[in-house]
Amino acid sequence: MNHLWLTAKLDIVESLRARWFLIYSIVFGGIVALLFAFGLTESRVLGFIGLSRLLVTYIQLAMAILPIFVLITTVRSVAGDREAGVFEYLLSLPVGLAAWFWGKIIGRYITIFLPVFVAMLGAALWGMIQGIEVPWDMFIYYTGLLAAMGWCFLGIGMLISTLARSTDVAQGSAFMVWLTMLLFLDLILLGVMIQGRIAPELAVTLALANPLQVFRTAALAMFDPQLIVLGPSAYVILDLFGATGFKFYALVYPVLVGTLAAGIGFLTFRKSDLP
Amino acid sequence: MIRFQGVTKLFKRHRVLDGIDLDIALGERIALIGSNGAGKTTLIRCLLGEYTFGGEVSIEGQSPRADRTSVLGKIGFVPQLPPPLKMPVGQLVDFAAALCGTDPKRMHDIAARLGLDMQEILSRPFNRLSGGMKQKLLIAVALGRDAKVLVMDEPAANLDPDARHIFFQLLAERLETTTMLISSHRLDEVAPLVNRVIEMDMGKVVLDDRVADDTGLASLYNVHLTLTRPDAAIAKALGAWSFADRRDGVEWHGQVPGPDRLRFLGMISRYVGLVARIEMAELPENLVLQ
Repeated sequence: MNHLWLTAKLDIVESLRARWFLIYSIVFGGIVALLFAFGLTESRVLGFIGLSRLLVTYIQLAMAILPIFVLITTVRSVAGDREAGVFEYLLSLPVGLAAWFWGKIIGRYITIFLPVFVAMLGAALWGMIQGIEVPWDMFIYYTGLLAAMGWCFLGIGMLISTLARSTDVAQGSAFMVWLTMLLFLDLILLGVMIQGRIAPELAVTLALANPLQVFRTAALAMFDPQLIVLGPSAYVILDLFGATGFKFYALVYPVLVGTLAAGIGFLTFRKSDLP
Repeated sequence: MIRFQGVTKLFKRHRVLDGIDLDIALGERIALIGSNGAGKTTLIRCLLGEYTFGGEVSIEGQSPRADRTSVLGKIGFVPQLPPPLKMPVGQLVDFAAALCGTDPKRMHDIAARLGLDMQEILSRPFNRLSGGMKQKLLIAVALGRDAKVLVMDEPAANLDPDARHIFFQLLAERLETTTMLISSHRLDEVAPLVNRVIEMDMGKVVLDDRVADDTGLASLYNVHLTLTRPDAAIAKALGAWSFADRRDGVEWHGQVPGPDRLRFLGMISRYVGLVARIEMAELPENLVLQ
């Protein structure tokens, strides 16, 4: 256990000094600052005003950029470290492979989740100072969603990093995974359904197997509990899970996907050449 | 101590190691030489449990892959190319010491003996150090613990003559208790350090021979050199060996570590047309230790 935390700490220290972390923090901190600067808390959409409106916009933007950011930075730094000889040296020290792999994931998870969370928390604190009511239930759920999404894509990123032997291949693969998930968002599936090629249930199942779609639908459900904007798909989702059930599914499913991907990544890592 | 039995490694059907059989006993100092692509690094990575392979590798009966932490706890490794770590030097030393179950002060002490001012560089990122400083620090990390096996890839390549001498002294202090595997492209770089030479080519051991050398690793030689005339190029080269100009760039005096004699003479051979006289005399052991 000691080796795991040592590795996690090491990864955090390395990440905090990396350029990607600086850009990553600026992007998420910048989004919140810009949303405040453009007076988003005073605008209204679907009845949302104040900090709720800001959080809704923030989560939509986070959904668009968090997955690709996490995927690319993870595969670039992990595969890059391997290519540069960092693995060769650090793995010559007596650290267990499980402690190394999971320690690296924990360290990386803290560094990718912290800027996203701190930006959101900063918004909430600033709102309180400004006398704007903070929707804490929404804040907590969105925090959970972002945490789940970060873990999911980190796990996928670690899997890609262990399978790909070079930074270029890892980066290309990560981009393809993200693009595939993007293509399977509901609009594409609805298009296919309209053409009558697949059963509606299959289309909805495919959509719900896509972590990006789950994240997006859960974010929508916070301000549209009946999921009216999804049309007929909403019936399938709500019949299957119920409103509360889907909120729970949206938190658990991405975590399971991330854990499964990371687990497969670890088994591959353990059985293959390390550097 | 270390046993390689039929070790084979393939990269996409390309056989990089081809049935390597070796037995290495405690206290042996081995030069692992060969050209690029001969299989030296791959063999080292198999020994460190970093590569999967066919056959068997064992250190005191344990597998470096299955008994990883136990085996690597006995091995100190110095890579040829320092890793581009961004963490501060202090953090790297603390991390390595914690994993190896040793006191970071031991690593600090060895780094100080090699000429590193640890207090000054503790908070500096590792990748911002000079090549020589990185090398010294990695040597300090490898030697600052109870390693029974030292695996070093061109370990003295970036060291200045003084640091090389101290490095040889550090190795000399461990002769009885440590097995050393030193990899290099060139035998002259490592020959004085070793008592056995293993040459690899195309993934096979093509030479396995003993080296006779009565000079100790910690020995030091007084060298007097007389040139036929002053010359800027040899003056610069001798300056790099910390030689002092005793008379108008013609008479030079300095000290050369015993294990570096071949390397020194190799340097001098480039200017052999300018050399009128050369004297080398080993210093008594009590003087060297002072």
